[in-house]
Amino acid sequence: MTVLKTKLGRRSFLKTSAAAGGGLMISFSWLASCTSSTTKAEVLAMPEEWFELNAYLKIGENGMTTIFCPNPEFGQNVMTSMPMMIAEELDMDWKNVVVEMAEFNTALYNRQFTGGSQGIRTAWNPLRMAGATARHMLKEAAANAWNVSAKDITTDAGKLIHKASGKSAGYGEFAKSASALEAPEEVELKEVKNFKVIGNSKKNVEGKKIIKGDKLFSLDIKKEGMLTAMIAHPPAFGLQLKDFNAESVKSMPGIVDVFSFKTYNDEFGRNFFDTDTFPEMVAIVGNSTWEVMNAKKALQVEWEKFSEQSFLMNSWGGGDKIKVQVPAGLESSQSHMAEMHKVASKPGTQLRKDGDPEKIFKEAVKVIEKTYSAPFLAHNMMEPINCVADVTADKAIISAPTQAPGFIEPAIADRLGMTVEQVEIVMSRMGGGFGRRAYCHYMVEAAVISQKVQKPVKLMYTREDDMTFGIYRPAYMATYRAALDENNNLIGYHVKAGGIPESPLGRGAANRFPAGCVDNYLAEEWSIQSNITIGAFRAPRSNFLGGVEQSFLDEVAEAAGKDPIQFRLDLLKRSKEKPVGENNDYDADRYAGVLELVRDKSNWGQTSDGTHRGVAAYFCHNSYAAHVVDLKLVNGTPRVEKVTCAMDCGVVINPDAASNMAEGAIVDGIGNAFFGEMTFQNGIPEKSNFDRYRMIRMNEAPKAIDVHFVQNEIDPTGLGEPPFPPIFGAVANALYKATDKRHYNQPFLSKDRITLG
Amino acid sequence: MAKFNLKINGKDMEVDVDPQTPMLWVLRDHLDLTGTKYGCGIAQCGACTIHLNGTATRSCMLPVSVVGDNEITTIEGLAEEANHPVQQAWLEHDVPQCGYCQAGQIMSAASLLKSNPSPSDEQIEAAMSGNICRCGTYVRIKEAIKTAAKIQNA
Ligand code: FES
Ligand code: FES
Repeated sequence: MTVLKTKLGRRSFLKTSAAAGGGLMISFSWLASCTSSTTKAEVLAMPEEWFELNAYLKIGENGMTTIFCPNPEFGQNVMTSMPMMIAEELDMDWKNVVVEMAEFNTALYNRQFTGGSQGIRTAWNPLRMAGATARHMLKEAAANAWNVSAKDITTDAGKLIHKASGKSAGYGEFAKSASALEAPEEVELKEVKNFKVIGNSKKNVEGKKIIKGDKLFSLDIKKEGMLTAMIAHPPAFGLQLKDFNAESVKSMPGIVDVFSFKTYNDEFGRNFFDTDTFPEMVAIVGNSTWEVMNAKKALQVEWEKFSEQSFLMNSWGGGDKIKVQVPAGLESSQSHMAEMHKVASKPGTQLRKDGDPEKIFKEAVKVIEKTYSAPFLAHNMMEPINCVADVTADKAIISAPTQAPGFIEPAIADRLGMTVEQVEIVMSRMGGGFGRRAYCHYMVEAAVISQKVQKPVKLMYTREDDMTFGIYRPAYMATYRAALDENNNLIGYHVKAGGIPESPLGRGAANRFPAGCVDNYLAEEWSIQSNITIGAFRAPRSNFLGGVEQSFLDEVAEAAGKDPIQFRLDLLKRSKEKPVGENNDYDADRYAGVLELVRDKSNWGQTSDGTHRGVAAYFCHNSYAAHVVDLKLVNGTPRVEKVTCAMDCGVVINPDAASNMAEGAIVDGIGNAFFGEMTFQNGIPEKSNFDRYRMIRMNEAPKAIDVHFVQNEIDPTGLGEPPFPPIFGAVANALYKATDKRHYNQPFLSKDRITLG
Repeated sequence: MAKFNLKINGKDMEVDVDPQTPMLWVLRDHLDLTGTKYGCGIAQCGACTIHLNGTATRSCMLPVSVVGDNEITTIEGLAEEANHPVQQAWLEHDVPQCGYCQAGQIMSAASLLKSNPSPSDEQIEAAMSGNICRCGTYVRIKEAIKTAAKIQNA
């Protein structure tokens, strides 16, 4: 039994009418009616009046319940899974629940941030608590009215029941009186085995709106008098604005204004996510998208090389601001590669050392050494960067696809000369994020432009602006060495990894498997400065490490003459029985669990003709994932036929949606492993649209993906990122089987790398 | 600027725009039909897919001046109750993740099923490979198209 101390805020309004509530009616009967001929389920109408029990939910006089989703939605389906957690503890009938996106309000809500696969994990207790406290208050209200003890009242799917007296009532009947009660000091939460909502697949609450083409995205917003804005940013990293000719385009049809602006105030101490890549840009503002696009094309801008630059960043936990240096220069992918090889050949910064690796590598019977690389990657969310800003003298309303409203709010306020209280952020549905929308410079830009033209403004990046703006996944390189003894035991392991501009081994990755399984272990890192900006990209750092480490272990297992799954299981057994070193960051049983499950579900060891298999597993962002990839060569081109996936992320809230998420991560990983790559020439990103930046398409995606979850009662952890890293390894290992050649450099199907067939 | 009379979702509509304006922006900016999405502007992603006389067409490279009296259908007008077999199947398979590409996917799929009521896997892949889904919902899209074909042919 879990008992939690409650701490819940109440929204500023206590009651709202149905009309003001927004009327986000989701007709579940309609959803049911399209899948089967079953009779329509009884769904309540929208109530006349709402009564708020806490910031997360309000109940109408007829029992209809609105649940607010606190976290930004970018396709991970939190708008369904988070309300499910609340509905579970409220003991509410799901068909009478409507969901709305919550306002951005850090005083009321816990962690309104989407990233790091931490949403569900950190919401697990607060959200269930919100449901449980409301249920408790309803019981108390009924107990008062019925003159019985609240302890003797039970609930069932939106009903209050007092068995002894035979009394019962719907939640709606006591919503008003419950809303007047104090929240309880502590509440009791359900046992996992008693869950009714959690663990039973629910359809996406916004599914119907999506398939109708409803206005869900900030790009779809239309405001009275709203103008359209675009930006012109330097075409290359290492360049800055020198001059531009506004007059030549100001007279073009529909153009209202053309001006340059700086995103951040010079003295502003930025936070870690306030990356802006190009400090000064040109804004083109006009009446319609097409007119602004034409003016943008015609605009003459002069750019110049900058010498070393710097900006101020707040240090973690306060203290003096840090000066961050940005090197000058026009960089190219070719020189990046050469430089990485050079730095990689020198000793790195030691992160972890167990035993005596130097000695053991000298004594080893067999040493395997391999070097892997991966390029910069652009996020390429389908919805390009955009923001609608409506800035007036004393208020700024900023609607945007944002993963991290809280990170950018101070920057917006500072730049507008307002207080954060004057800035209202609306978290619109995101057309993908993948980490990119944690860096919300575009919200400041739109606000600045709106303030200047004194009109609501919709800022939209063209695909080209979006793809060439930086904030990329860094380029990485890693060298692995393994030492085997005469019995083919792994006695030494050495990883040296780095990147431009950051190493993938930071933040504890050196303590992950196979650390703890090998007596002599060494992890080192290095990095190379760059003016190409980077940012979090689905499973940062792990998205490289997970792939290459698993590819290397496959090669080591082969050299040791062992089955790759058994080889890993043996190592995990070792670390469980007699772990080496400290701070090993994984649970050997759960890690082994996904390997065993995927071995079982994929019928490992049996392959049909022409099918080549690869396996990989990884632990990151608190969850475990293992994949088996079945790959075929079709006219010499590799095609993944099937992926079997095993996940352990604890309790699964919404199973079908969870599978969807894992499927997406797998497709994304295969796409990036095969094709993903951003290259540079003289600082210019060489790919600016989907004609050159190759994205995986349906004819290249697996024909089937089979996702399995380890069943347990462990508190839930994330799912958006963990299945992503190991797919790179599983693909590489299957590709080896198919081609008899190991593939060390991503992307595997790049023209200038490996030609197959 | 020039006036154009367009037939969109069964209704007559008039706009006064630059003749070169792509239909995508006519729909989104001038007619407030924002279900059709911008993804690339160069006919590479399929987010802007509409029907021109029932055939899937990328609206981002279709100047308004060439539309003439051809009938345009957008996601908003695909089915009156949003219950086109493809839309029904999409819900049954709970296809969308972020949802941004899905209007384009649905329009491509509906056009495919119109010309080929029982497409093979290969035919589905060929017809749908112009539509990118960054979230990677391809497996579900394909399954949903097969379900839609069944609903349509029932
Ligand atoms: S926006 Fe038309 S195909 Fe991409
Ligand atoms: S659902 Fe997000 S791009 Fe397709």
